[in-house]
Amino acid sequence: MNFFLDPWPWYVSGPLIAVTMILLVFFGKTFGMSSNLRTLCSIGGAGKHAEFFNFDWRAHRWNLVVVLGAIIGGFIATQFLSSGAKIDLNPDTITDLNTLGFKNIGDSLVPAEIYNWENLGTLKGIAILIIAGFLVGFGTRYAGGCTSGHAITGLSNLQLPSLIAVIGFFIGGLLMTHFIIPLIF
Amino acid sequence: MKFLKYLFVGIFFGIVLVKSEAVSWYRIYEMFKFQSFHMYGIIGSAVFSGIVFTTLSKKLKLKNINGEQISLPAKNKGFINYILGGSIFGLGWALAGACPGPMYILLGTGVISMLIVIAAALLGTYVYGILKNKLPH
Repeated sequence: MNFFLDPWPWYVSGPLIAVTMILLVFFGKTFGMSSNLRTLCSIGGAGKHAEFFNFDWRAHRWNLVVVLGAIIGGFIATQFLSSGAKIDLNPDTITDLNTLGFKNIGDSLVPAEIYNWENLGTLKGIAILIIAGFLVGFGTRYAGGCTSGHAITGLSNLQLPSLIAVIGFFIGGLLMTHFIIPLIF
Repeated sequence: MKFLKYLFVGIFFGIVLVKSEAVSWYRIYEMFKFQSFHMYGIIGSAVFSGIVFTTLSKKLKLKNINGEQISLPAKNKGFINYILGGSIFGLGWALAGACPGPMYILLGTGVISMLIVIAAALLGTYVYGILKNKLPH
């Protein structure tokens, strides 16, 4: 067992995610990852087309720095802090995905069936990535936040709107996983 | 360098989400299949820690680095936007296997095709901004 190379259990990971939120709150900011999408739209000049993007994005630069850090963190974790072990999934999950035609389940963080570069050459492959991203971007702004802003920060602050949003996350997620993914694959 | 601390928070966040496997598509699929406690344990213990923090910071009147009392922002009242927007997000979350934080982090782990997902998420955000006043909230 090597703590730094092995995956971390939930009871270590969850509190450390809370530490991320607490640090940002301590710095006088908030924990919200999807806000950066709005900021990037604003930087790209979307304020000319919609009032929603007409704000001083410079005040949100700190959050883009968090994003940059997150990218670097992802790099460090896979390059230096991973044993390369399979993800310890429930055997039922593996069976279910096998039935859908997935291979090498849990060998990497994301399935090659969705994220392989070659998939971009097929209409279905690129449509999956574009539709998934579009739904995430549209949905988070409509709901006013994603997992970090609603599920972690909002629920920590006992906000009813966040609970409604999280219930929505699950309605959509369950529909996709149980009914739509079996149709796609 | 006032931005340096945010860079470190981001690096920390990225490492934690990779080490917890919360950035894994498979873990999200498994969660929505109710076949593992792992993701529920992560979110549950994060929220529990967060509730302890918000309660303590109110009781102890903790201050942030600007000397202001710590308080998390209240969310606007509403229902339709939260349930509908949340459901739309959930559809995308389960298909991409990644919410906005993990999208950036996975890019760092070498999933280059995530750039397409991020670009599409920017488009989705843009379309929401254009349609905002026409949508029920």
